[in-house]
Amino acid sequence: MLRIDGIDVAYGDVQVLWDVSFEVKKGEIVALIGANGSGKSTTLATISSLLKPQKGGVYYEGAPIHTRAPHDMVSLGIAHVPEARRLFPEMTVKENLLLGALTPEAKKTRPEMLEKVFTIFPRLKEREKQQAGTLSGGEQQMCAIGRGLMGKPRLLMLDEPSLGLSPILVADIFRVIQDVHDAGVTVLLVEQNVFKTLSIADRAYVLENGRIVLSGTGAALLANDNVRQAYLGL
Amino acid sequence: MSPQVAGQLELLGQVLISGILLGGLYSLIGLGMSLIMGVMKIINLAHGELMMVAMYITFWAFTLAMIDPYVSLLIVFPLMFLLGVSVQKFLLTPVMEADTVLPQNQVLLTVGLGLVLSNLALLLFTANYRSVPVSYASKTIYWDLKLGGQTISLSFSYPFLLAFGIAGVLGASLFLFLAKTDTGRMIRATAQDKRAAALMGINTKRITYITFGLGAALVGAAGALLDPVYYLYPQIGGPFTNKAFVITILGGLGDIPGAVLGGLVLGLAESLGSVYISLGYKDAFGFIIFVLVLIFMPRGLLGRGRA
Repeated sequence: MLRIDGIDVAYGDVQVLWDVSFEVKKGEIVALIGANGSGKSTTLATISSLLKPQKGGVYYEGAPIHTRAPHDMVSLGIAHVPEARRLFPEMTVKENLLLGALTPEAKKTRPEMLEKVFTIFPRLKEREKQQAGTLSGGEQQMCAIGRGLMGKPRLLMLDEPSLGLSPILVADIFRVIQDVHDAGVTVLLVEQNVFKTLSIADRAYVLENGRIVLSGTGAALLANDNVRQAYLGL
Repeated sequence: MSPQVAGQLELLGQVLISGILLGGLYSLIGLGMSLIMGVMKIINLAHGELMMVAMYITFWAFTLAMIDPYVSLLIVFPLMFLLGVSVQKFLLTPVMEADTVLPQNQVLLTVGLGLVLSNLALLLFTANYRSVPVSYASKTIYWDLKLGGQTISLSFSYPFLLAFGIAGVLGASLFLFLAKTDTGRMIRATAQDKRAAALMGINTKRITYITFGLGAALVGAAGALLDPVYYLYPQIGGPFTNKAFVITILGGLGDIPGAVLGGLVLGLAESLGSVYISLGYKDAFGFIIFVLVLIFMPRGLLGRGRA
């Protein structure tokens, strides 16, 4: 479904990604794990075409998308829930959600999708008219994921959804990711919570200093000594 | 109540009325600049000159085709929208996209645009002062108030009242547009977080075109409304760019409701100052408030703008 083919990405003169290649197959949960600054968010930003690769390319359902504009991604069925939520702080929860459904098709099913998001996150229904900037961290994350789902994506990319959340909320968010996946959405998950992520991921890739150093099934990586040492402290 | 007190009250009432009526037009000027500031994060220093262009369109529509200035709004608004879109599309966006140019240089470009526009007007229309002599220019509506046995007579200039009303309708429409329509929400989203807006599938470049177009159309409307009550010459833009800048700072950079308040405050300050202090310093009062606000309330009168 999504193929990243040997991309090099740089911010100005500083190269961040080196020959990164990986693949997400339809119906999978694929995880990208790695320490702070290893290039995980840069990878997602490149898939969303916010950054352009200097070498290599990004292919979605066989077609190159790194040449397209970032605003074309939603209509292709790719939703990117960015790091640090990036909600529109001076807009209400409902307005934020509506902005997730701007494509002509998504507009048609707005009321149903809004209902669906409110069923997944009843908390958002209570906060519907509240400004997004005044929500708690957990509620903001729910709103950001809800906003991503509003466009009925086929590929959902989540960047650090558990960042800064309490353990109970982290469990909630991971359950939602699992549910969304079970409903037929392919998921690309970037996380620092390595244990939980590998437990739900079909396959995972480990990024280190901008290079993919390890890959395998979630279970295999959980059992890998290097991963256990570096990321799980075992 | 003694007649002297009544006289003083009458003067004060009159000053407040003209301040608020003028402030309504200022608000309309400020709204356009604030909208542009909010989305593009630049101060449009050609704002007054865009208004001058609209005033000349109105003037020529009246002189050549006898089109009433208020009716000519229907021409001015779309024309100025197109001019604004073109400025953003062909001048500002290319500058923004050049890596070698600092983003601040877009502001310098608007200064240059202002110079070109005012000198073009000088070349084409000469430096002569012009006016739009509508039949109702000096028509006035009186309102008599009985207060403590004395009669206080307040007057409302008809064209100013009409301009205030139309400015109010345009302002309210802008609020509704921004709050209730998809395009309006897309404009606000782009202003609040451009990158996240792109991730929502918003073509942020297109939004900047629309925003600059709207900003130009709003200040253009203010120009058309100002024509019957003001005179017109090629250099009229400069002072109004300054006023728009003051209003935008008073309101808090990019704060739309703040811009309305900023416009009213500036109108009142000029009106009160010119009567009670000195007419000669009329233009100074706005700047005194401007400096005070920058020192003590850098986020604007409502305290919500971007400091």
